[in-house]
Amino acid sequence: MADYNAMEMMICIAARELEDRSTVGVGTGAPCAAAMLSQKTCSPNLIIMFEAGGIAPLLPEMPISVGDSRTTWKAVMASGMCEIMETACRGMLDYTFLGGAQIDMYGNLNSTRIGDDHQKPKVRFPGSGGANDFASFAWRMMVMTPQDAKRFVEKVSYITTPGWLEGGDSRAKSGLPLNAGPYKIITNMAVMDFEPESRRMRIISVNHGYSENDVLDNCGFELLKASKIVETAPPSDEELRILREEVDPLKLVIGR
Amino acid sequence: MEVLEQGIGKLFTDPDADKAREFFRTKSRSMDNKLMTLKDAIAKYVHDGDYLAIGGFGAIRTSTAACHEILRQGRKKLAFCGHTSTHDFQILSSGKCFNRLDIAYIIGLEARGLSAVARKYMQSGDVEVTEWTNYCLSARLKAATMGVSFVPIRNIMGTDTFKYSGAKKIKCPFTGQYYVLMPALYPDVSVIHVHEADVYGNSRIRGITISDLDLARASKHLIITAERIVSTETFRDEPTYTSIPFYLADAVCEVPFGGYPGNMPYEYFSDEEHLREWLQTERDAEAFEKFLEKNIYSCKTHFDYIQKNGGMEKMSKLRAKELMVNNSAE
Repeated sequence: MADYNAMEMMICIAARELEDRSTVGVGTGAPCAAAMLSQKTCSPNLIIMFEAGGIAPLLPEMPISVGDSRTTWKAVMASGMCEIMETACRGMLDYTFLGGAQIDMYGNLNSTRIGDDHQKPKVRFPGSGGANDFASFAWRMMVMTPQDAKRFVEKVSYITTPGWLEGGDSRAKSGLPLNAGPYKIITNMAVMDFEPESRRMRIISVNHGYSENDVLDNCGFELLKASKIVETAPPSDEELRILREEVDPLKLVIGR
Repeated sequence: MEVLEQGIGKLFTDPDADKAREFFRTKSRSMDNKLMTLKDAIAKYVHDGDYLAIGGFGAIRTSTAACHEILRQGRKKLAFCGHTSTHDFQILSSGKCFNRLDIAYIIGLEARGLSAVARKYMQSGDVEVTEWTNYCLSARLKAATMGVSFVPIRNIMGTDTFKYSGAKKIKCPFTGQYYVLMPALYPDVSVIHVHEADVYGNSRIRGITISDLDLARASKHLIITAERIVSTETFRDEPTYTSIPFYLADAVCEVPFGGYPGNMPYEYFSDEEHLREWLQTERDAEAFEKFLEKNIYSCKTHFDYIQKNGGMEKMSKLRAKELMVNNSAE
């Protein structure tokens, strides 16, 4: 079996989730690496979009910002924020990858603050940026994050970005676009989806080297389990080679 | 239309479209030469207490030069638009220039890390905040551009981002679907860094525009900082490529490398080494004071700053990096 680190594994798993001839809204770092890897493996016609306006670049290397020049390198269009978010709201954005300091069982994300005083927070984070927008509009929202009970919490301090809100049909009732929402959560230990009725997070596969109990022990809320939990297919030698040699040769993301 | 729910965040500008029209009625349509120094432009158009927006996004085509000048002139109590505001936010936080803030993305410099000074300032309780998202702020500028007091969009419902925003939720009278209304945002003044401008303010932007086409139109006053001043014929020969028409601009300042150390598409890449130096130096208050003195307060113009950080040799390297060409003569 090939030797790989947690970040490499998450990126390889995520890359496989992106269908060919679909659109994905990404940020910098791991999501961008996953989209690039996907283009070089299973989905050569994947269309990458950046919130600041870059559409379908032929990314020559990892961008540092979601608007830097690499995001429009040989792109089909250098547009703007409204073009991208309007496209997403119209229903033409298939996937997005997001992250946050905290996530709950419905996939709601906090990237705003810890502490209750909003004007004087204990810890202030950057905020939504375009995360809430992408999560509201993209058909399928995914998260790549380390599995950790401090991160997977019963209740997030603040819902920056919508998951399935309070579960059940609460998201549909809120007024957000119908039938869009969290799809897969990819961690170093497992892959989770959401049970279709309750919209609660559910383990569907466990990554090589980890057990179901490892996943449960590193989650701050009760996880549901799929009727059959399988082992996640580990990264292949070919995926790892492309990731290391072509996607991130400087190890900006996979070296973390 | 009945308001079903509303956020508790304050609005720092008036969304009233008729009041905005009264202002724009008085705005000059005259094709005057508006060239001036950046120092004069900031002195004339950026006042304590104003609502300020900086064009660009995430250290891309942001007017670093204008942010430095705002610090040098000691502006305070500004309201500010934090629309993926990264290095510009770091600079303005270092000068504690603002005390009211519309937030979409602040403090961070994306993949580079977080600004310690900006974070400390935001945790001090000294800044009044209202939460939005990047698209919310774009939509608010779009409403102002349209000359209407709001536009309906479909994000933030059900989240705390809505709760702490200044938005209102309504039901569509046509379909019964829910929408959040984004109040128009008319900044008192904005600064947009462009590739080319003429002396009247006609401007061209290359690459992504982010929200700047709307920002230019929504702002009561607009300062253009340009990499180059070009002839008016440049625009008249190819009007297709004009991003900003002259009557929106109040001041035009030629500031080559005005986005440095950020990235200016097709001109120069960001200076990652210098941005790292910013992030690292911030952790030591005394060292950071000296750093600001050297890089901002003791500089007369942006040229001094460039000179202190590698001058033309550095700019040439950043240009090669931007264009992904190897210019080393070794």
